[in-house]
Amino acid sequence: MPILIARQVTKRFGGLVAVSGLDFEIETNAIVSVIGPNGAGKTTFFNCITGFNHTDEGDILFNSTPIHHLRPDKIAHLGISRTYQNIRLFATMTALENILVGQHSHLRSSWMGAVLGVRPTREEEDRAHEEARRLLRFVGLRGKGDVLAHNLPYGDQRRLEIARALANKPKLLLLDEPTAGMNPAETEEMMNFIRRLRDELGITILLIEHQMRLVMGISERITVLDYGEKIAEGTPREIQTNPKVIEAYLGRGGAAEASGRVNPPSVSAMPAPSSAG
Amino acid sequence: MIKRIWHEWGAVVRIGLLGGVVALYLCLAGLVGVFSERALITGIISLGHTLLVLAGLITGYVGARRAPAGRGRSVLGGGLAGLITGLMLMLLVLVGSRVNLRAVMLNASPLLYDLLTFNQGVAGLWVPVLLGTVLGTLGGLIYRLPPQARRPAIWGLAALLGLGLFAGFLRTPMLTGGLSGLARFLFGPEGLTPAGALITLVLVVGGMVIRDFAEPPARKRIAALPDPDRLRLRRVAIGVGLLLGALVVLALPYALGPFVSQVVALVALYVLMGLGLNITLGFAGLLDLGFVAFFAVGAYTVGLLTSTAEYGIAQWSFWAAVPFAVVIAMAFGAFFGLPILGIRGDYLAIATLGFGEIIRILAGSDLLKPMLGGPRGILNIPKPIDGLLPGHPLAGPNQIYYLALLCAALVAFVAIRLRDSRLGRTWMAVREDEDVAEALGVNLVQTKLLAYMLGAAFAGLGGALFAGLIGSIFASSMQLFVSINVVSLLIVGGMGSIPGVVVGAIFLIGLPELFREFSEYRFLFYGATMIAMMLRKPEGLLPSATIKRELHAEAEEEAPPVDTAAGNATTS
Repeated sequence: MPILIARQVTKRFGGLVAVSGLDFEIETNAIVSVIGPNGAGKTTFFNCITGFNHTDEGDILFNSTPIHHLRPDKIAHLGISRTYQNIRLFATMTALENILVGQHSHLRSSWMGAVLGVRPTREEEDRAHEEARRLLRFVGLRGKGDVLAHNLPYGDQRRLEIARALANKPKLLLLDEPTAGMNPAETEEMMNFIRRLRDELGITILLIEHQMRLVMGISERITVLDYGEKIAEGTPREIQTNPKVIEAYLGRGGAAEASGRVNPPSVSAMPAPSSAG
Repeated sequence: MIKRIWHEWGAVVRIGLLGGVVALYLCLAGLVGVFSERALITGIISLGHTLLVLAGLITGYVGARRAPAGRGRSVLGGGLAGLITGLMLMLLVLVGSRVNLRAVMLNASPLLYDLLTFNQGVAGLWVPVLLGTVLGTLGGLIYRLPPQARRPAIWGLAALLGLGLFAGFLRTPMLTGGLSGLARFLFGPEGLTPAGALITLVLVVGGMVIRDFAEPPARKRIAALPDPDRLRLRRVAIGVGLLLGALVVLALPYALGPFVSQVVALVALYVLMGLGLNITLGFAGLLDLGFVAFFAVGAYTVGLLTSTAEYGIAQWSFWAAVPFAVVIAMAFGAFFGLPILGIRGDYLAIATLGFGEIIRILAGSDLLKPMLGGPRGILNIPKPIDGLLPGHPLAGPNQIYYLALLCAALVAFVAIRLRDSRLGRTWMAVREDEDVAEALGVNLVQTKLLAYMLGAAFAGLGGALFAGLIGSIFASSMQLFVSINVVSLLIVGGMGSIPGVVVGAIFLIGLPELFREFSEYRFLFYGATMIAMMLRKPEGLLPSATIKRELHAEAEEEAPPVDTAAGNATTS
């Protein structure tokens, strides 16, 4: 059963159609990537799912619940978490506090309880801290809980952002370019880590990614966007040989050249754009 | 050749010119003239001269720091900078004696020239030059001293200055007590006696030297302790410090008299409001420039409910009215907060500024005059304890002092609990990045509204106490300046830091009150402090991040030494 269904989703910014009539499904417990050149509407689509932008047309259903008109905090409560293309941690809070904020949806205690220091509040706080430390260990940041987020090295910040998203106990995790700025070894490590999220925690994962090595290696299905429209969908192998995809990435000439060969240049050889739009 | 010399000594000359400008400013703004009446050390030096001496010393010190490296050159640099400063003062005297500067600059009077030349007129032109050079050289020498000697020297001078300024507050209560002999020996009618100055200097310098020699072994022993023991020791030390502090605070009104306790009560009131704004601004990042509105609501609520005069409606006791005032202020917080929650950043500041002004103008308006008394205000608000326990020792002029301190302590406790709670974390997350916070499940409306309401509640409590402290309230007390003061004390203390609020309130509210004798120049001091703070320590005196690092010092101690050693080598 699909965990997320998008039907005919359209989002415009003034005259610009960022996402246009997009149909999309992701099966529970799958790892799916959305790729496409800069400005293809990938991040806008993410923003529509998480409620940052409201769709102009179309529905988005999460576990059969329509979410396209909900506020971001409601959507988070339902079990969707995300990370950001440019890391957006709470810079002057510690790593541990970042994760504790991520647990917000699952904490119940009121401020009155905190002021009076009643036992249920204290116990809940203790449990939350315990859980946050467990998450730190899970993402490999053991012992860095008291470091301010902006003092962490880049790779650690990426992992902390994922830990913060995990603290919400999501059923669906949206990762916006999790390996941006990473070297091949770090990318490899991140790929294994994303697999672990799915295998060990049973989280469905939706990725935006530019590093084709990662996309082809990890995704079960890939959706390709160009100018806000879906131009292809399928398994990594199907996408690699799809002429429309190659055209979108390399231009018409590249596609013509590719079609003349027996073994077309695979998408994995495509230059990764330096940054996404 | 000249180019090379300029390259090496240009910075020193610039410092000298800068010092000269500061000295000229001190003279022409009238500070030197006015404070020449006020002795710092009786019969030896007036406060006016002290300012000039300080200007010379500091110019020399900074000049020495900028001098090129080389043996004795830093002392030479200090002397040079001081010489330039002195030359500029000489120029002032010279020009002033030929041209009538008074037409433009009121303070360029013969009295000033007499002060600068020690009553010798034009014949004494050499005086500022010589003194500038000597003081600059002295400043350079202080810079050259090894740190173990430099610190006592600087602290000794600072103690002289501090005690000289505050002598009055110490002397008056001592005269009434059994220590009058000692008081007369140490303090003159203003400032220190020469004997007192000498004793101060010996005590401070001696104390620092002894500390430097005695402490390293003790510190080493503490450092050698295993972690849990060291933490326990620190906790004990903090506990003892707090206890001693509490005792001093309790005894203060008896020791220093009603004026100082009034000032402390005022500081406590501002601490209350500062802690309130610290929630809205420091934690949740919502800049509220109309904070005085909630203060006004609290004050007027108590006034209306308790006043026995014209506009009182209930004649309740103070204690029954206070919770009511807090709740009403909170309601106003919600009422004002709701429409402006969507506004971000600078625009929010302007909107709240509007609210503050609306409340002030309404309170003083003819429209509400039948209810709030307009500019005549509400009079005869009973003192809190007189009504409850007439004749009790707690009743009397000191009651507000204790009450304000108690409330400040209570509110600080609540603020600390809130900061460390889930709500506190959520506020900080909203401050850092509200979009991300929302995507993590934070309800922005609820969170921001709570910040407004709790901040307003604290300010309302402050207003209620203010009504009890003054005994009457007027619309003119609800000035925009109150809001600005509260924002400023947060900035000076350190945004989001609870101890910072206390430090900021002491610094910005307490000190200016204590310096009432220099009333004309209080706001000069205020403004200069704010500018200096923004330039040198924009994060505030006690920023919360530093405290955080302090608390986690154990974890970081291992890593940085290499770095800091390298840093020291390059800076010195």
